[in-house]
Amino acid sequence: MLKMYYGISQDAADVAELTSTPCDLNGVNFEPDTYLGKLLKERSLTELMDKESEMVRDIKALDSDMQTLVYENYNKFISATDTIRKMKNDFKKMEDEMDHLSTNMAAITEFSGRISTTLQDRRQQITKLSGVHTLLKKLQFLFELPTRLKKCIDMEAYSQAVRYYTKARKVLLQYEHIASFQRIQYDCNVIVQQLRGKLREQFHDKESGTKQLAECVDLLLQLDEPAEDLCEEFLSHARQKLDIDLAELEKQVRLQSGEQVLPSGDAQSATDAYLQTPMDVLEFVDCGCNNFLSNMCLVIASYNDMFLNRLQQEDLDVIAMSKLVQFVNALTEKYFHFVQQRIQQETETGDNTILVRALDRFHRRLQAMNKLLPGTDFSSAGTDIVSKAARDRVNHYLQTLKQHFSDCLTDIRQHLAAPRLLGKDGNSSCNLAELLHTFSSSLLDQVKSVLANLQAFIASDITFAMKPYFRGQFCSQDVREGLVVAFIRHIAVVADEFCETAREKGIAAPALLLIMSRLCVNLEESTISYVLTLVDEQFMIDDTTRGTMSSQLCGELKDAAQKLLNCYVRVQGLMISQMLRKSVETRDWLNTIEPRNVRAVMKRVVEDVTCIDGEVGRLYEEGVRRDRSSDSTKRSTSRPATRSNWSFTPSTIDNSLMSNIQKLFSERIEIFSTVEFSKVSVLTGIIKISLKTFLECVRLRTFGRYGLQQIQVDAHYLQLYLWRFVSDENLVHFLLDEIVGSALHRCLDPVTMENSVIDLICERG
Amino acid sequence: MEDDAPVIYGLEFQARALTAQVAESDAIHFLVGTQSLSLKCENQVHQIDFDDENNIINKNVFLHREGEIWSISASPCDKQILATVYNKTSQSKAEMQAAVWKMPTNFDSTISDDNAANAPTLELLTKLESEEDNSDVKCVLWHPSGENTDIISLTDNHIMQWDLEASGGTAKLSSSIVFEAKGKPKFTCAQWNPHHNCTQVVTANDTSIRGWDLRTKQQVYIIENAHGQLVRDLDFNPNKQYYLASCGDDCKTRFWDIRHTDKPLVVLSDHSHWVWNVRYNHFHDQLVLTSSSDSRVILNNAMSISSEPFGHQMDDDDEEDAENEEDVKERSTMKDGVISVYEEHEDSVYAVAWSTVDPWLFASLSYDGRLVINRVPRATKYQILL
Repeated sequence: MLKMYYGISQDAADVAELTSTPCDLNGVNFEPDTYLGKLLKERSLTELMDKESEMVRDIKALDSDMQTLVYENYNKFISATDTIRKMKNDFKKMEDEMDHLSTNMAAITEFSGRISTTLQDRRQQITKLSGVHTLLKKLQFLFELPTRLKKCIDMEAYSQAVRYYTKARKVLLQYEHIASFQRIQYDCNVIVQQLRGKLREQFHDKESGTKQLAECVDLLLQLDEPAEDLCEEFLSHARQKLDIDLAELEKQVRLQSGEQVLPSGDAQSATDAYLQTPMDVLEFVDCGCNNFLSNMCLVIASYNDMFLNRLQQEDLDVIAMSKLVQFVNALTEKYFHFVQQRIQQETETGDNTILVRALDRFHRRLQAMNKLLPGTDFSSAGTDIVSKAARDRVNHYLQTLKQHFSDCLTDIRQHLAAPRLLGKDGNSSCNLAELLHTFSSSLLDQVKSVLANLQAFIASDITFAMKPYFRGQFCSQDVREGLVVAFIRHIAVVADEFCETAREKGIAAPALLLIMSRLCVNLEESTISYVLTLVDEQFMIDDTTRGTMSSQLCGELKDAAQKLLNCYVRVQGLMISQMLRKSVETRDWLNTIEPRNVRAVMKRVVEDVTCIDGEVGRLYEEGVRRDRSSDSTKRSTSRPATRSNWSFTPSTIDNSLMSNIQKLFSERIEIFSTVEFSKVSVLTGIIKISLKTFLECVRLRTFGRYGLQQIQVDAHYLQLYLWRFVSDENLVHFLLDEIVGSALHRCLDPVTMENSVIDLICERG
Repeated sequence: MEDDAPVIYGLEFQARALTAQVAESDAIHFLVGTQSLSLKCENQVHQIDFDDENNIINKNVFLHREGEIWSISASPCDKQILATVYNKTSQSKAEMQAAVWKMPTNFDSTISDDNAANAPTLELLTKLESEEDNSDVKCVLWHPSGENTDIISLTDNHIMQWDLEASGGTAKLSSSIVFEAKGKPKFTCAQWNPHHNCTQVVTANDTSIRGWDLRTKQQVYIIENAHGQLVRDLDFNPNKQYYLASCGDDCKTRFWDIRHTDKPLVVLSDHSHWVWNVRYNHFHDQLVLTSSSDSRVILNNAMSISSEPFGHQMDDDDEEDAENEEDVKERSTMKDGVISVYEEHEDSVYAVAWSTVDPWLFASLSYDGRLVINRVPRATKYQILL
């Protein structure tokens, strides 16, 4: 119960203080009177009785607990007092023993001092004797040294000889003044000189391997040979070997380039003849790596071991290092030169993988070498070579593409020429679409295959492909700009040239112009963006904003297409107008007979236009016509109103007035204007050119009555057939009206023909 | 009226012959010949007098009774004398002939306004007829120096030089050059070279341009395929020898150095149809006019091949300081190309002519008889002058 009490008061004293009420029996704020009052008030009698007996029981239990506790504590206190007393006694005993120990120690010290003084003299003597012994031994070694050295040299145990000599050298130097020692030194020196000679001989020996060399150098260095000379000698020796490798490489390069390597002697065997066949590039690079580069690495490594890591003097270290770097640079430069030459020779279109693998191997080896020799930067030079090779490759592919393009053009030319020879029955036009299709698809295929080939350069297992400085340059600059964009530009340029030559001399077949123009339109509409996306995806070019935008290329090609089409219109228009011009100029219009027929030229014109229509129709869409009148099929009977203009009015004033008024209402006609990419627009252009020529020619002639009538008939015939080709038939009407009007002006005896007769003649024709 | 606005004058007939009255040095005069086949209407030569200050056109009409006029050229010595090439037609044939005419001096100018039929008639001085060759005459050229009275007439395949008497009464054939080649090509036009003592004539036939020496009567140079198609007109740079302009049916105007005939110096292709006429300005030869059957007249700047390639002042102001020279450079950035396009015509413009009096004025004539007098834009004028 007490525990209970304590527990509460300790654990939750604060809480109890706050929460305990005056009625809580165990609380701090317990007020007996209030509690009693409360009990009396609230409990029944029996409950009060129970409570009382319970309280009495509690009080008794508390009393007994308290007594037990007091008793226990008392017992413990008594036992503690006993223990302390016992400890006091023990300490006293220990003090006595310690005193005794200290006296004993003092006695021992005294004794040991006495012993050491007695032994002092003996020890000094022994030391002296042992010193004499070692000296004697050394002297013996010195006296024996020349013979030993000789023996070592005979046994070719050079390293041991050097070790002996270096040991003795200091002593000999020190006791130079003593005659006997001098003698020994002299002998030694002679032998060592001999040794040196031998070592050098070995050093210069071509057959000795690098390890042997290293040993020699090591020994020579120990013999105090000047390090600089040794460096140089070492390097020049190494150079000889490397030069052989390089010579081999050079020979390969020459072989590849087709130069005849001069046979160095008649004794060359079959194996040499086999060697005369050039290796492929992978073999070449392998050979270069295995021979040249590995030798080079060995040289560098041994050089490092020999000269760099041991020389104490800093300045010598620096000199040695610079010598090495100079040496390595000179040789690698040569090597790079050969490699570059060799790679440049690699121009066949074949598979890229071998080249790429060769380049990769080359690159890796260079990197390894770079680690070996920190002061130099081969990998950048190597990467230059690699990226140059890649660029060469790209350029080569560009050339191939261009070649392919021009081959395609020649093909088409031949295709176009062939049926033309057979006859102009329209066969030539039917395969235009086919030609175009094969043309464009073969171009696209070619571009795709080239791209696929070039992808070998950025395959994931190629180390240099992962380098950002190669990759970025190669993908965006070389492939995208240098190849694809350049090729597309090339097409545009060729197209331009076509226009120029066609305009100057009319060489290009018109159908070819048409095909080219359609090709450009196709490229502009779909192919460019497709190819560019393809490139961007395949070569993972993220930053396309720096490169040429596809819209820009599209614009260029669209211009080219427009030029080509304009050119086509001009060429065709000129062909027809030439025909018309000749026909008007060569005829005597004053003395011609009454027209019975449409002139053959007009039929020919209509035929040609129909033919062109077919040609263009295969490649270009129909296009939009302006307000085609519904009655246009019955053309022959319509349009009496305009026809009435032709009837001659005696007053020229009236006549010119009429035509002026007419002109007021019609728009100005651009003759050689640009056309749209549609069949109708192209045909309109051609017909405009032809009719304008007709008009100008008519104005230069003087007509008789029947001449005028012939023109009337011809114009009507053209009207009957040409309207269907053009976007705005009023244009044809207007130009034909002008022609007839002009003929009327230029007529001496202007009597027009009856419309019905004209109709009749035209229908018959 | 705004100063730069064009002045338009309408003839009643169709016309394609226009020239400046070369010998006139005070007033701006142009001569226009009409083309009318109608028997009822006489062809006329209109003498157009342009009043520069008031922008008014006065005209004198003279009857030309022989036939429709295809080409007209004014004598550089006597302003009353002119030559025409006309079409003499009968029912069955039409011949091109040439004649020298004198304009009557005393006439009542008021009549011509009301009644064209009563207009004074041109006095025929002489016809240029020769037994040697009576084929169609193409054009008549006056000796460009203005001191000599020689005349050249060009027929299908002859260049005939005539010695005209001072009074113009008779013309004597002094020499002729025959042009013979395969396929019987015909001359289309010619121009008398004003340089080298006027001893050279240049002609065009089909697509070629040929130069002839009048003394040796030999062809001295040829530009084959000068144009893609027919060559329509030629003109010499009046201030810079060896420089020749040509135009043709391929819509182009080309400038040649006749010492290097393999390729043109400059090619202009601004017209959209045949170019019929090309004319150098006689005062500022960087200004070149071309007229075309696309009914446009284009004023071109050929600064780079003109006699003043670096602006007008280069020679005068050599000593002036560098600052000024830079000024000159700045001005000479005036580029070759089109200065302006005149679109007042509605039909093909077959002829254009600079005024011989006002260097900034020119006339152009379209087939429908519309004569337009235009000026060089002020900006260009100041650029050239200052």
